[in-house]
Amino acid sequence: MPTYSASEVASLRGDRETALIAGDGGLQFVSRLRFSITGVGAGLAWLAFGLSCLRWPDIGDWPRTEVVAYTAFAIAGGIAIATTAQAALGKFGDGVQRRAPWLFALGAFLTLWELSTAKFGWLPLPFFPPPQSIVEVYTDDLPKLLDSAFASVKLQLGGYFIGAAVGFLTGVSIGWSRLAGYWVHPILRFIGPLPATAWLPIAFFTFPSAWSASTFLIALATGFPVTVLTWSGVASVSSAYYDVARTLGARPSFLVTKVAIPAALPHVFVGLFMGLGASFAVLVVAEMIGVKAGLGFYLQWAQGWASYNNMYAALIVMSLLCSGAITLLFKVRDRLLVWQKGVVKW
Amino acid sequence: MVALAKPFQPVATGASLDIKGVSHAFDIDGSVLPVLDDVSISVAPGEFVALLGPSGCGKSTLLRLVAGLEPPRAGTLEEDGVAITGPYPSRVVVFQDPTLFPWRTVWDNVALGLEAQGVLKTQRHRVDAAIDLVGLGAFKKAYPHQLSGGMAQRVALARALVNDPRILVLDEPLGKLDSLTRITMQAELVSLWQRNGFTALLVTHDVEEALFLANRVIVFSDRPARVTADITVDRPYPRHRGDPHLAELRRQILGLLGLDATW
Ligand SMILES: Nc1ncnc2c1ncn2[C@@H]1O[C@H](COP(=O)(O)OP(=O)(O)OP(=O)(O)O)[C@@H](O)[C@H]1O
Ligand SMILES: [Mg+2]
Repeated sequence: MPTYSASEVASLRGDRETALIAGDGGLQFVSRLRFSITGVGAGLAWLAFGLSCLRWPDIGDWPRTEVVAYTAFAIAGGIAIATTAQAALGKFGDGVQRRAPWLFALGAFLTLWELSTAKFGWLPLPFFPPPQSIVEVYTDDLPKLLDSAFASVKLQLGGYFIGAAVGFLTGVSIGWSRLAGYWVHPILRFIGPLPATAWLPIAFFTFPSAWSASTFLIALATGFPVTVLTWSGVASVSSAYYDVARTLGARPSFLVTKVAIPAALPHVFVGLFMGLGASFAVLVVAEMIGVKAGLGFYLQWAQGWASYNNMYAALIVMSLLCSGAITLLFKVRDRLLVWQKGVVKW
Repeated sequence: MVALAKPFQPVATGASLDIKGVSHAFDIDGSVLPVLDDVSISVAPGEFVALLGPSGCGKSTLLRLVAGLEPPRAGTLEEDGVAITGPYPSRVVVFQDPTLFPWRTVWDNVALGLEAQGVLKTQRHRVDAAIDLVGLGAFKKAYPHQLSGGMAQRVALARALVNDPRILVLDEPLGKLDSLTRITMQAELVSLWQRNGFTALLVTHDVEEALFLANRVIVFSDRPARVTADITVDRPYPRHRGDPHLAELRRQILGLLGLDATW
């Protein structure tokens, strides 16, 4: 049987690559040059942003303009160094170089934003605050913002974990046991599709605290998709797997924990992902309406004072947190589902 | 019946298998599809029996009944005189598809039986031995999607062998292998069987394979399957493919399968 060992294949490929590089030194140089041109462009864009802050006077009262300008200069310098000395900086240099087009776009966007708000007022104030006023929130209102973020994370984590755990267990039991399916399925069909936020008014009165009510609602929003997808995952496991395990002496408990659940995991993660999205929505609404803490509350409070810069600042934090949570979930999934090929990279 | 089975000398640990008057049918959309019709086969301990028959006649179904995955509609199946009522690891099946668990590495797939029986902790060396036996020592940590079809089939074989079955049930286990690997695996299977002394029940489409491996070849009719011939292959092992006696048997069996005109 003609087989190649993995190392043979690798060395074959390696040879070809080195040959390519040796043969195309000129091409290599050109592509490196093109990369550093993008890098220089990105540096210039940030330089332009810094200059745009200083060149014209602000049309309003924003004390952080200079700080922002000098930070932009620092970033511009950093990009310039990283892209020109890319080889010496190793991984960091590579990272900056790969992101150079984005850094350029970001610098250009900030410049435009600065000019159209703080300098020439093309966009109406206070709905479109300039970058320096958002930075001002992070420098001057940081403790309150951090407290809010922390409160949101705490509420979200508690509700999400409860909902995910309950949903997973419910899904496995109705996927596995006919009796559980008989009783739970109708309830699930009746209550599940209801948006969790519809419960808000009732929940805030019946639960002892706004916090417990919100935890319940977040758990509800998470639990429904997790239940349904776990259930469908367990139900769609090929009976051939059970046959194999049974002929090898597997007991029912083994079939559940070592066959049904691992086979259903890809579905479970889809449910966890959907549940995460749904629970973010509930979290923010709950914080806006009942809970006197958290980023939703912060947003609501900022709106009351018409301080739009605080709202944008809170939105950015919120988006970072949500995106971070999803990244984390995908990391866990990639760890647990290494056996799958071709999973989506987040 | 074409030839009567000669008395067979049992070798070692194999169990006897008695299939007595088994009939089976499936309900498909309210109509009944008869699949097995009064099948009786008696397999002595340590015997190697090959089952041949047209596609879709019910061979895999019979193997499912032997495995205990389903009860027959009529008749009984016995292992060593004890009725088969459910799956038991003394009767291990290598299915037509390898059905490896995609979330387990090769090693963990092969370890499945020992793990299910709760003896893996003390018997880890058996897993390694079984993997080495099928020549996949270098792929212990690979996942099924990283294997070729033939390699996956070999893992399935190792997963069965690791349990030291008394009856090994094989459903076209070599069907997906290239002809060279196939010949190697056939020889490997014979020596395994001779060494371990299990009783083997092999479904195959390949008449030559049946004659190369088995003490007896049983030929089925079209669906619903009935036994149309029970042929003893009384040649010593290792056998040679050019053996004129085997060629004569082959011609005879192809005739029974209605293919004599083409050969
Ligand atoms: N679970 C089932 N439900 C309904 N019909 C089935 C089922 N399993 C098998 N059959 C039918 O029983 C018949 C025999 O199937 P079986 O798989 O035993 O054939 P086979 O002899 O193994 O064929 P092949 O050689 O192609 O593998 C087929 O007509 C098939 O459609
Ligand atoms: Mg079959």
